[in-house]
Amino acid sequence: MSTDKSTAQGFDNRIAFAETLINLASSNPRIVAVASDSVGSSNLNAFKAAFPDRLVNVGIAEQDLVGVGAGLANAGLIPFICAASCFLTARAMEQIKVDIAYSNTPAILCGMSPGVAYGELGPTHHSIEDLAWLRVLPNITVAVPADAIETEHVVRWAAQASQPTFIRVSRHKVPLLPGTERNFQPGTAHTLVQGEDITIIALGTMVSAALEATKLLKSKGISARLIHVTTLKPLDDELIVKAAGETGRIVTVEEASTIGGLGGAVAELLAQTHPTPMRMIGIPGIFAPTGNVDFLFEKFGMTPQGIANTCLEF
Amino acid sequence: MLPNSPAQIELWKAFRKEISQSDAAHTRSMILEQSRLARREILAMIQSAGMGHVGGDFSVIDILTTLYFAELNIDPSNAAKENRDWFILSKGHCAAAFYATLAYSGYFDPHELSTFMQPMSMLNGHPSKGKISGIETSTGPLGHGLPIAVGIAIAAKIQKQEQRTFVVLGDGELQEGTNWEAAMTASQYKLSNLIVIIDRNRLQQGAGTEDTNGLDPLDKKWESFGWDVQVVDGHEPLELLDAIRGQKSDRPRCIIANTVKGKGVSFMENRAEWHHKVPSVEQNGAALEELLG
Repeated sequence: MSTDKSTAQGFDNRIAFAETLINLASSNPRIVAVASDSVGSSNLNAFKAAFPDRLVNVGIAEQDLVGVGAGLANAGLIPFICAASCFLTARAMEQIKVDIAYSNTPAILCGMSPGVAYGELGPTHHSIEDLAWLRVLPNITVAVPADAIETEHVVRWAAQASQPTFIRVSRHKVPLLPGTERNFQPGTAHTLVQGEDITIIALGTMVSAALEATKLLKSKGISARLIHVTTLKPLDDELIVKAAGETGRIVTVEEASTIGGLGGAVAELLAQTHPTPMRMIGIPGIFAPTGNVDFLFEKFGMTPQGIANTCLEF
Repeated sequence: MLPNSPAQIELWKAFRKEISQSDAAHTRSMILEQSRLARREILAMIQSAGMGHVGGDFSVIDILTTLYFAELNIDPSNAAKENRDWFILSKGHCAAAFYATLAYSGYFDPHELSTFMQPMSMLNGHPSKGKISGIETSTGPLGHGLPIAVGIAIAAKIQKQEQRTFVVLGDGELQEGTNWEAAMTASQYKLSNLIVIIDRNRLQQGAGTEDTNGLDPLDKKWESFGWDVQVVDGHEPLELLDAIRGQKSDRPRCIIANTVKGKGVSFMENRAEWHHKVPSVEQNGAALEELLG
């Protein structure tokens, strides 16, 4: 991954996604990209220039996009099916269910600019439901990389995994995390910070915010553990149950609805194994008001201070 | 996954060999005789299951038999053979017709047909990939088959493979917009290796297509989407084969096969209620009588 695209805020994971895809495609002729007039928004212009015959663009037609992608995978190619996550998952949900998940088709769905990345464009363009929708489907691995390096790891893994996969590729810039030089394994989460008083479980863009929150909490004398989840499905049950047992309180943080996503997954797990008091941070089951992404993060406590406050008030 | 049936595959191969050496009249009678056998099997499956879609099964079965017993480049003993012709039944509710066709082609033992829709059967009410080797993708919800077929046909072009992709669509199914999205894509990518066959029985679940959300002029619609179009009698194997083997251009091809819902049983023909009605014991007997030939 090149680092010249960094800004003071961090990296746009879509850049790491596209660079990795081009690297892989140059040595693997079976890799193709599939777009629905989403070449630019999925950062695929360089891929198109490098491999013009391997970029299939069906136009503004997400159901066709996923069906065509399933067909490409059926016929032995490795399709990365790219579209804004809000349209990809909502518009083509039945194709994802039947053509990809139920048919167990080894295609890679790439939900670009998810969560509230489109901020002020409003709830039509937010994708805060995608995690709940995808998580309920059998057969699909749901991966949410937290930074540019992890994005590269996940894309490399998906290209050789030969199984249905959803990668949520965030747009909101995030810094590089410590510890992402490791290899990615689905179902393995990582304890980024050890702590004894409370556990924060974070996903995607919220991992770096949660890391900062642990520092704020430490200054207040609170020892907060931080678990960095990469695959919402499969979830690392063992690590989460252990943390619940050892710290007694759980706070989840995700750039998604608190219903059915990470919060829901952890609650389902703990309710059946180790009932534990929880708080869930994210968009709290409503359509978000108008405002840019920073405003929305602030409003819903999805900032280091907001996460720390939730822990302090717990 | 059900194992294939080596004994049935031998019978199927012998059938295909005889067809390849037959004149037109004998080819026609062989295919229609096989279809008649399949119709009897379908009737028994639906009677036993107490569920099914007999009307559509009977309208599509001559198309399926023609493809599997006279045309498709397939190998039931090696279902994933490279460069095979691909087939997708998009109107997945006609699974009984599909299963009867696959079983008599040797993809699995025809004795399994009696398990249709029974608990834990591999013969689900709609075709499920992974349960039977000849099923290329799961279908059931309408409007899914054509986009997938388009993807397969594009993959063949990217990989420079000589193979054809066939997809059978119901006519009522064409009310799903995905078909028209995919029809545009097929035209844009000049998928001359893609052949759509429409089972045009003019009836959907509750009424005529033209009384519901009309499709006519259907041929003009496909032509305007950039396809080569032919209209044939879907119960005449020779017309179907001529259309499939006929003139080729750089455009995808659409064969509108005019059919009769419930074809072969007089009291079912062209009646919307036989979309998914299950015959009574008396009706079943009467239907079998007509299908004895």
